Amino acid sequence: MAVKKRPVVGVSELLQRPAPLAQGHRMCSGCSLPIVVNLALRSADTPVVVASPTGCLEITTSVYPHSAWNVPWFHSAFENAASTISGIEGAYKALVRKGKLPQEQRIKFVVIGGDGGTYDIGIQALSGAAERGHDFVYICTNNEGYQNTGNQRSGATTFAGQATTSPVGKVHRGKEQKRKNLTFIMAAHEIPYAAQATPFHFRDFIAKMRKALSVEGPAFLNVYQPCVSGWRFEADQAFEMCQLAVQTCLWPLYAVEDGRRWRITHKPAKKKPLEEWVKPQGRLRHLLRSENRDLLEELQRQVDEEWEFLLRMERATSDGA
Amino acid sequence: MKLMTWREMPIATAVPWPGCSRQLITGTWRSQRPVLDPEKCTHCLLCWLFCPDLCIPLSGEERLETDLNYCKGCGICAAECPYDAITMRPEAEFTASHLEEVLQ
Amino acid sequence: MTQALSLRIAAMTGNRVVAEAMRQVNPDLVAAYPITPQTEAVEYFAQMVADGRVLTEFIPVESEHSSMSACIGAAVSGARAMTTTSSQGLALMWEMLYIASSLRLPIVMYVGNRALNSPLNIHCDHTDSMGARDAGWIQIYSEDCQELYHNIIMAVPIAERALLPVMICADGFTLTHTMERVELLPDEVVRQFVGEGDLHTFPYPLLDLDHPVMLGPNALPDYLTEHRYSLHVAVEAAPEIVRQVEEEFAALTGRTYGSLEAYRLEDADYGAVVLGSSVTNLKAAVDSLREEGFKVGVLKLRLFRPFPAQEVAQALAPLKGVAVFDRADSMDGAGGPLYKDICTALFDLPRRPFLHDFIYSLGGRDLFVEDATRALERIRALVEKREGRQAVSEYLQVRE
Repeated sequence: MAVKKRPVVGVSELLQRPAPLAQGHRMCSGCSLPIVVNLALRSADTPVVVASPTGCLEITTSVYPHSAWNVPWFHSAFENAASTISGIEGAYKALVRKGKLPQEQRIKFVVIGGDGGTYDIGIQALSGAAERGHDFVYICTNNEGYQNTGNQRSGATTFAGQATTSPVGKVHRGKEQKRKNLTFIMAAHEIPYAAQATPFHFRDFIAKMRKALSVEGPAFLNVYQPCVSGWRFEADQAFEMCQLAVQTCLWPLYAVEDGRRWRITHKPAKKKPLEEWVKPQGRLRHLLRSENRDLLEELQRQVDEEWEFLLRMERATSDGA
Repeated sequence: MKLMTWREMPIATAVPWPGCSRQLITGTWRSQRPVLDPEKCTHCLLCWLFCPDLCIPLSGEERLETDLNYCKGCGICAAECPYDAITMRPEAEFTASHLEEVLQ
Repeated sequence: MTQALSLRIAAMTGNRVVAEAMRQVNPDLVAAYPITPQTEAVEYFAQMVADGRVLTEFIPVESEHSSMSACIGAAVSGARAMTTTSSQGLALMWEMLYIASSLRLPIVMYVGNRALNSPLNIHCDHTDSMGARDAGWIQIYSEDCQELYHNIIMAVPIAERALLPVMICADGFTLTHTMERVELLPDEVVRQFVGEGDLHTFPYPLLDLDHPVMLGPNALPDYLTEHRYSLHVAVEAAPEIVRQVEEEFAALTGRTYGSLEAYRLEDADYGAVVLGSSVTNLKAAVDSLREEGFKVGVLKLRLFRPFPAQEVAQALAPLKGVAVFDRADSMDGAGGPLYKDICTALFDLPRRPFLHDFIYSLGGRDLFVEDATRALERIRALVEKREGRQAVSEYLQVRE
């Protein structure tokens, strides 16, 4: 029983950084989002200013007059987090240029917003900000739907996903479209850095966040964020869901630099069948029924095809080593 | 909590009090609570890392007892502990709810 | 006391003069998008940025919703932000206008007034700015390019003292694209008048890391009313701030402005009320009718929001009849937007003038002096009961 008593590798450094979020926030019991926020912002070496679109994070941390934020934080509307951060970053550059802010004070600008406000209504602003090359990090916390309003389908919801606006009924069986691949879209903007992560794989996430913060220009992190309430799994299973998503290749962990160099940062030792990821989720229970076998097979096919594509992109863009 | 008048409220919707959400005792949400076995705990701090409600206070690089003021009883700490040092017990097993004192 | 200013005389269009004023203000950030008829203002300013004549951070955003969002992000950070738009662009940023005022941000926006679709029409009417009249912005209309230039400059201290966003309106093409002789103030004079702008002009700047702040929360029924009341109080205090800034401007330049300007109304029996460049046409109509012995005058309204109800009531009360000139139709069966505000202003008077509303010059249709005289003659005929009316409002220029 002589076990060594020390923190796991990668944690000690985080201990030195102040927590960006405070206790008393109203996120669900078992929500993975606070861990995403804390890991991301504790990875920063400089002060940060954060903007969020409307969504779970915004609602649960800012019910007036209570703020769960220990860092400067701003929200205005749903579709404009990226244009808002463009204005904040632009203001910072102007104020430094005019001598109204000290040059030495480096600040990093971060958006943390959900898939609703990013894949769909926010995509124009994100695309514009990426095209203009503002220096910011956009963290999309992907819980596959508009969860703050009760699990409506978004562009990030997987094929066959059940949501209140893509329900399983007598004629239609859940979402009939593939999910949008926003990480590919952001890579196609040829921004310095675009990557996928999960809060469970925290060393990978921290490395990616540090890389995102270090590049000059736009960086995009698509972070898997399992949702207890929307996906209907047990309150203690959020990190098990992260593991399953990566082990089944539903949520590959990869990074793309300048849209040109594609690198998978974690390859599962043994790829698990997608059913393992489906089983714990109440919202996907219909996929376990025999009459919906075709849907599960199609979703498996899509996951496999994307994984194969990523492997090919990694090979095609490696340095020939 | 007494509600502010319009004059007491900073203009422009501003909330210039970082972390004042600590006034909200979210510990009232839970129906189960984590119990730590200090013999098994190696202070790996994975529970600290994965706790959604920042309920694992630290002393240096060692964890202390869970902050029950804010613990929502999700059970993630117990699920993620590699040493089975944490078990979740129903809240009903704990007679004197210290929350009653806190809420007074 | 007015110092002897060395004014620069130039021939400039409205768009050009706005860019000139913006250059002299040298804001921290401008985020703007092209839309006729104000695009040229952005183009001129972009050239100034490219030539290093300003230190402004210029963001060529991908939509007007983003231009207002970026300006809000900048202003909330403690920077001085300006933008420009018209028509569909103003309509597209509609939700953000309410946010700019409820966040008490001193953003200055130039609006080149243009009709709203459908059909698409690039010419002038006031439907765009009228659609924004309930958003808590200060709205000032310009009669000519000289006034437009002064309005942009005055807007900066107005916005920063009231901590409310300011919209300066100018008729599309009539002002935006028409060249006038303008007198430009020296750069140092403008700089002194508007000041350099301070990080803490907005009291809770995001970029003040020593005082981390959270802005734009969500509020429940227990608090929303108090947030709105706070804004309500600020809006009520705004007209006095506008007056103070105008007074200081007059002391500096000798040019006096007010919420309204009465032209030949003192001994008039009948009058007209109008916003924007058509005032000039109405003044000509008034002069022409006066020569025939018809005692008329015109009330030019400059400050439209907050609405100067008391001053309007005072100016119009003695008249027998007033022709309201609305360059937008509220499409509600009850007249145009200006008509309704005039009604409100006059409602409590013990004796009210007869009021009739003329919807005019939609989509850039010119207001000829004959149209204006016809309207004034009609109001007299209505009062003297020589003519009747179907409704409180009529279209002055429709082909039937």
